[in-house]
Amino acid sequence: MPNLTADQVTAGQKLEPLAYDVSATTVILGALASRDWRPMHHDRDFAINRNGTKDIFMNTPNLAAWFERYVTDWTGPRGRLGRMKFRMKDSIYPGEQMIFSGQVETVEKDDSGCAWAHLNVEVSVGDRLCTSCEVRVAVPTDANDNPWSRKGNDWNP
Amino acid sequence: MSLPEDVQAWIGQTRYEEETEFPVERGYMYTTCSSVENGNPLFWDDDLAAELTDGPIAPPTMISVWFRPHLWAPGRTKQAQPLQVHFDLKEALDLPEAVMSDNEIIFYEPVRPGDRLVTRQILHSVSEPKTTKLGTGRFWIIEVQYLNQNEVLVAKELYTGFGYKRGA
Repeated sequence: MPNLTADQVTAGQKLEPLAYDVSATTVILGALASRDWRPMHHDRDFAINRNGTKDIFMNTPNLAAWFERYVTDWTGPRGRLGRMKFRMKDSIYPGEQMIFSGQVETVEKDDSGCAWAHLNVEVSVGDRLCTSCEVRVAVPTDANDNPWSRKGNDWNP
Repeated sequence: MSLPEDVQAWIGQTRYEEETEFPVERGYMYTTCSSVENGNPLFWDDDLAAELTDGPIAPPTMISVWFRPHLWAPGRTKQAQPLQVHFDLKEALDLPEAVMSDNEIIFYEPVRPGDRLVTRQILHSVSEPKTTKLGTGRFWIIEVQYLNQNEVLVAKELYTGFGYKRGA
């Protein structure tokens, strides 16, 4: 796994895409792992007839876990999430291939010396953008820095 | 169209302050990592977790997992709902369907196995009636705060929900 440092991050840099084939198991395992018992995430009849969607679909808390995995696959374990803002536009269904992609928008160092990368990350199915996510993630300034050691006024997510 | 008085009164009020039903535990952490094939060694290697985070921590995005109630529990006569303010709004405004459109999470102190978290919900706003492709309804913003047993803030979440009537 990488151990990304701030000097390796530049605005405009693209993250390696991640493709994943979604099955009913993906959707249901993700819903139950996040303790989301709502039927539209495991009951196809309910999803179609009550919610008016074409099938069961991935739930937001599990999509958050997918975004976290995508970002920390890039940073390595020293990367520390500060903030994530999701915009849900469309649902992801079994039988579809979801593709995560991302780009660094800005890199900055705050007053406490913490280095931050701002990313725009998206998950799409074909040309359908399903969820976008703005991410603020702390990355080490160098090999000796550890954002996880920051507390109180030194952590400004 | 103006809001019912009781709904108007909820805006800015801290409601549903409650402790999670069980301490943060590693089983769900592993299941969540497994569900998204997250191989971050921080969550699988205790030696690395000791070095980087003074011991195991939960994946930050799991924060809402810890406050979702059991589907059933002894003595419970009514199904408990997570984000109760959201369901209160649906009922009070007679909007049977709802979706979440935006969700922002801000992470503070890490959550650790054994933590007992406290949550509280604050309604920030309710919009005027709007019509979208789903139907006619209202948007609302709810903040959820999470603190650990030492009253240290571990995360905040902002949810934007849309409650609606289909085809209305």
